[in-house]
Amino acid sequence: MITKEDVEHIGWLARIEVSEQETVEYMDKLNSVLEYFGQLDELPTEDVAPTYHVAEIFNVFREDVVEESLPQEVVLANTEHKQDGYFRVPKIG
Amino acid sequence: MAKWMSVAQVKEKIEESSAEEVTASYLEIIGKSKINGFITVSDKALEDVRKIDSEGHDGPLAGVPIAIKDNISVVGLPNTCGSKILEGYIPPFSAHVIEKLLAAGAVILGKTNLDEFAMGSSTETSHFGPTANPWDLERVPGGSSGGSAAVVAAGEAPFALGSDTGGSVRCPAAFCGVVGLKPTYGAVSRYGVVAYANSLEQIGPLANNVTDIAVLMDIIAGYDRRDSTSIDSKIEYQKSLVDNVKSLKIGVPKEFFGEGIHPDVEKAVWDSIHKYESLGASWEEVSMPNIRYALASYYIIAMSEASSNLARFDGTRYGFKESGENWHAMVSKTRADGFGKEVIRRILLGTYALSAGYHNKYYLKALKVRTLVKQDFAKALAKVDLLIAPTMPNPAFKIGEKIEDPLTLYLSDVNTCPINLAGVPSISVPCGFTDGLPIGLQIMGKPFDEPTVLRAAYTFEQNTDYHTKRPPEVA
Repeated sequence: MITKEDVEHIGWLARIEVSEQETVEYMDKLNSVLEYFGQLDELPTEDVAPTYHVAEIFNVFREDVVEESLPQEVVLANTEHKQDGYFRVPKIG
Repeated sequence: MAKWMSVAQVKEKIEESSAEEVTASYLEIIGKSKINGFITVSDKALEDVRKIDSEGHDGPLAGVPIAIKDNISVVGLPNTCGSKILEGYIPPFSAHVIEKLLAAGAVILGKTNLDEFAMGSSTETSHFGPTANPWDLERVPGGSSGGSAAVVAAGEAPFALGSDTGGSVRCPAAFCGVVGLKPTYGAVSRYGVVAYANSLEQIGPLANNVTDIAVLMDIIAGYDRRDSTSIDSKIEYQKSLVDNVKSLKIGVPKEFFGEGIHPDVEKAVWDSIHKYESLGASWEEVSMPNIRYALASYYIIAMSEASSNLARFDGTRYGFKESGENWHAMVSKTRADGFGKEVIRRILLGTYALSAGYHNKYYLKALKVRTLVKQDFAKALAKVDLLIAPTMPNPAFKIGEKIEDPLTLYLSDVNTCPINLAGVPSISVPCGFTDGLPIGLQIMGKPFDEPTVLRAAYTFEQNTDYHTKRPPEVA
């Protein structure tokens, strides 16, 4: 079971502001889903290897060569918050 | 002009009249739509198609219009993902599949509605409102590619692209009475589709018939170095369209006919299996004991991957942005206001499943269960050529019926999400009706054995008439 404090903590980890009222709402709905997830505990998996993805390919490399990329002004075109060719954001702390 | 046309018929019409007339006729139908299937109708479609008429094009889809799910990037058209957080964002590049379609001469009609970031089975969580099911406007079209399936069913586009992470092509195909394919993982490049859960999702086609699915696959499938999981299978999809299932061995996994299945769905699927038998195929029951754990495993993996993928939406480079006294406050407010409730729930659960102390209990456990599910498929498909089951255990539900209880909605993916865990191909084809609502038959095959899956789907279609039925409410 997760608590109100857990919801606040994961909200911070995920950088999503959660209001006091929403904390309770999310806690209830998240707990009902986590309870369902708990059914996996009954399945023994000690000797089973995890599957991260199913494609039978590993270590896809390419030559380290410079290729054509999007022009800087095109990349910056989707925001008004820019300066001198950079994205502009508020200070971190 | 006929409302529901196959790609071959569209091409004939273009020959008879012009590509512009055909596209204009689709735009007119879209203009009168009752289903809210499109988020954006392209204002460049007519301009694009006139160019094809005037300059000519020798591509296989010259002048043929198509609808695209609004999480697949098309340069110059908004890519909303059904979310407020991408407000104002215009992608500066196109997805691999779009490059391929444009090179083939296709005309993009517009971008279709979806559950926000493809997270849902009903297309109700879109910031742009729900899409209605053309067969009953009070019901959901399924999801998350509900817009793509609904516009194809309503005759607003001859075919469409969707994406399938846990059933998002097949579920709406089943609910809307159209055909939808989830290709083998790696068959179609994911470059340019906004990632929800990378290890599970594939772009897939939706159409009114199996032939058009193969036509689209011949164009969009193939190797792309920009997707490191891309594999060149060299399959010729249209060559699979053979009306013959003699000596084909079908497995019927009893775990896909679980508690809560609608009796008419069960009957329609068994009738289909007997149809195959009458056409010369054989069938046997098979058991896949770990399927019952697939749904929990799927959701843990999907949410975990989502919590990482959606970290990029922070208001700094594109889309909706709130202000805040520092970076953390700005980002936290932007994400709280920009994402809808279901997306936030999945990010929070995914973050929790990956967090210190819970990683092994949830995420690692789910990955191990994934191995067992994958083994179930490998064992079953070693004995038989195909597996057949219902796509959805029930027909389309009412708009608003399940939206308040996330878990109830998740449970509707029970028959579709195991396929994504295993990465195998799976198609949904129309196989009957219950109270005027379509039922979907799910045909699953071995990895990269789309030819057998398509052959079985094509043979079924050639010997039944379910795919010729049209929704009366939008006729």
